[in-house]
Amino acid sequence: MPKVLQIKNLHQTFGRGTVNENPVLRGVNLELNAGDFVTIIGSNGAGKSTLLNSIAGTIPVQKGQIILNDIDISKLTVTKRSKNISRVFQDPKMGTAVRLTVEENLALAMKRGKRRGFHNGVNKRDREFFKTQLAQLNLNLENRLGTEIGLLSGGQRQAITLLMATLQRPDLILLDEHTAALDPKTSITVMELTKKLISEQKLTAFMVTHNMEDAIHYGNRLVMLHQGRVALDLVGPEKQSLTVSKLMDLFQKQVGSKLEDDAMLLR
Amino acid sequence: MLNTFWDLFLSSTSQGLLWSLMAVGVYLTFRILDLADMTAEGSFPLGGAIATMCLINGINPILATITAFAGGMIAGFVTGFLNTKLKIPSLLAGIITMTGLYSITSRVMNNAANVSLLGKKTLFTIAQNWGLSRNNAVIVMGLIIALIIISLLIIFFKTEIGLAMRATGDNPEMSAANGIKTQRMKILGYMISNGCIALSGALLAQNNGFADLNSGVGTIVIGLASIIIAEVILHHLPLGKRLITLVLGAIIYRFILALVFQMNVEPSDAKLASALVLVICLILPNFHLPRNLKGEKKNA
Repeated sequence: MPKVLQIKNLHQTFGRGTVNENPVLRGVNLELNAGDFVTIIGSNGAGKSTLLNSIAGTIPVQKGQIILNDIDISKLTVTKRSKNISRVFQDPKMGTAVRLTVEENLALAMKRGKRRGFHNGVNKRDREFFKTQLAQLNLNLENRLGTEIGLLSGGQRQAITLLMATLQRPDLILLDEHTAALDPKTSITVMELTKKLISEQKLTAFMVTHNMEDAIHYGNRLVMLHQGRVALDLVGPEKQSLTVSKLMDLFQKQVGSKLEDDAMLLR
Repeated sequence: MLNTFWDLFLSSTSQGLLWSLMAVGVYLTFRILDLADMTAEGSFPLGGAIATMCLINGINPILATITAFAGGMIAGFVTGFLNTKLKIPSLLAGIITMTGLYSITSRVMNNAANVSLLGKKTLFTIAQNWGLSRNNAVIVMGLIIALIIISLLIIFFKTEIGLAMRATGDNPEMSAANGIKTQRMKILGYMISNGCIALSGALLAQNNGFADLNSGVGTIVIGLASIIIAEVILHHLPLGKRLITLVLGAIIYRFILALVFQMNVEPSDAKLASALVLVICLILPNFHLPRNLKGEKKNA
């Protein structure tokens, strides 16, 4: 099985050399196979977001290596990494440019990792393609190509961001609690869309979530972070048969302490 | 009375057309890239100086004006480089370039504070040769140039690079995540912006008949006022229409100023008067404007 992503002994410490020194990641080792849909859970401060930001490039790697398709990307900028990695943010406002129209946003995403020139940003052929792509979202957005993104709801924007992240097939898609800011009903719609897009394109996906149910229900693999390290890594049948209580038992056995994050359990 | 009013209107229109390019330049950084760029006050007199010195040396007015535009672009590049590559905050980067430009402009003008264009061929004397009156020549030439620049910008902002630049100002994180080289986009934006501002300086120097080393002081206020007036009159417009309304904003601002100066304002109080007019423009229509200004960007 070819490895898409390899994280080797990754350390990230915030406020190094100050009294507030905070080692967030303390040696994370993780390998993602092609087609893995990994859900990442962990309590607040476990390092989920830091890990995702390290892969995306928004936080420079302090120690360790991040290897994508056998190429060390640890030192590359976000822009360079974006050629192979796409990302959906937690905040629906973050994933799109609000003053640009729906079609202009999609056109931007079409050019991810490609040269941009003085060609027309959106041409007629693009428009037809965008329409068919938007139609599969079932949100009636295919008739709103010229609408400014800022006028759409959070759920609509997040669905468009998802589409943008997959318009050009990425080697790896990063999902950063991308349904956390949505109402429960919209959250389900967006999660189902996520699953559909990932399985259709056979994407390798890395999904951070606060929601244990989602983490168990979606994906073929579940990774739990605890205090900056991988505490649990469940694949295949082990993952399929998981329940919330089983997961909590496993965690207790592994870490030796009870999982005490009400926020995480309640959601 | 009516005659003075009409005269004021015509002269405001001609002045406003020339200043509208200043407004367009400021709009590019202030609104599209979401940066406060003080370079404007340096690139404006630079543009005037370059055009004037070119004309004095017998260079064709069109070429002289284009050279001024290029000079402004270089100034913009410097600020962009300081801001993006050297990580100096945009406001400081602009002030640094503006300060340095004072000496550069002085050198361009052979260390004179004021260089006259008396009797030289300018863009406006060309238009006068078409049989137009002095003021009509300025209006026609100003209109042609504003039309060319705004049309080019509208086309540019629809291209792949243009979209990328707008996205950079709108949402830099998302832009980077979509592979946009945000630093390059900012530098390019600074360059086009200051090119337009230098062009405005070049046109006004040709209209006034002289280049003035100190003509940059307070010019950013004129640009901002034109933008605010345009936005207050027509709230929410797509980019292309907004650029066109900036011309309207610049003309209205000149007209308000002209009315104020009718009231026997001392020349030395001119800057104070124009600053006060900007304050009034900002607060009169809507006391919630600070929120509105943000709102136009984030929500509307």
